[in-house]
Amino acid sequence: MTCKEFLTLLDDLIDGTVAPNTRAELETHLGRCGHCEVIFNTTRKTIEIYRSHEIYDLPTGLRDRLHAAIMARCKKGCP
Amino acid sequence: MAIIQPIAGELEPHPDVALVERVRGGDVSAYDALVRKYERQVFRIAQHITQNREDAEDVMQDAFLKAYEKLEQFQGNSKFYTWLVRIAVNESLMRLRKRRTGKMVSIDEDIVTDEGSVPRDLADWAPDPEQNYGQAELAEILRKTIQGLPQGFRIVFVLRDVEGLSTEETAETLGLSIPAVKSRLLRARLQLRERLSRYFHRKKRSKDASPKEAGSVETILGKTGVEK
Repeated sequence: MTCKEFLTLLDDLIDGTVAPNTRAELETHLGRCGHCEVIFNTTRKTIEIYRSHEIYDLPTGLRDRLHAAIMARCKKGCP
Repeated sequence: MAIIQPIAGELEPHPDVALVERVRGGDVSAYDALVRKYERQVFRIAQHITQNREDAEDVMQDAFLKAYEKLEQFQGNSKFYTWLVRIAVNESLMRLRKRRTGKMVSIDEDIVTDEGSVPRDLADWAPDPEQNYGQAELAEILRKTIQGLPQGFRIVFVLRDVEGLSTEETAETLGLSIPAVKSRLLRARLQLRERLSRYFHRKKRSKDASPKEAGSVETILGKTGVEK
């Protein structure tokens, strides 16, 4: 397996959607190629970091303003 | 990996379905429950697309109001969350169009690779690299990094990897083909990884050593182009 072939299947490997025999080939490539191993590990870490860190805090008061807007809308009739 | 299919007929209805039914029956507090459950997600999506805090606040309000008004149109065969996300994405894109004074905005724009503008860095990262930064500093790095992605890549990454939509749901929400979503997701993940490397790479012994340049992922992948 070449690095290019590995990279085209990288997402499937990360998402766990590869067939077992393809997975074995990808893992063999990982064992031999330091560059692809770094890309695999750091790409996985990239996703994990974005999933686990809140980078945009919900503004204070926004929920109350939304609630007031919904109540005002509700007075005109419920859906 | 084996996927365990639930047996037809034994599927529990999603808790959101009961909340939606209560809202339809006139119980507005059930809608508050849906708002509390999904407000962060909707605000995040709006912020990622508009990249403007005031716009994101307006979008969040408009999206929940629109969903409330259109609740009759919601079909129980799709998830309330993905239905809501679709409304939030559309509202965000409309808001962008307004801000850009009528200029057409679509998720297809800016789909160019940016070779040459980022270090081609294949150096390994430090273990738990985020530990080297304070919370506020890390959030700033993550914001700056994802804001630099082309919009069409950024939305796919956010919906698929941050908000947890499936490839099929992401494709349907954005009106893209499944191969297009997959192609953009791969590019988005690789570009983010590459951009984060400048902050997270393992420290060299020499203070002035620059990250190892060992060939580009884009070069390895080749210019395969982005499918639509």
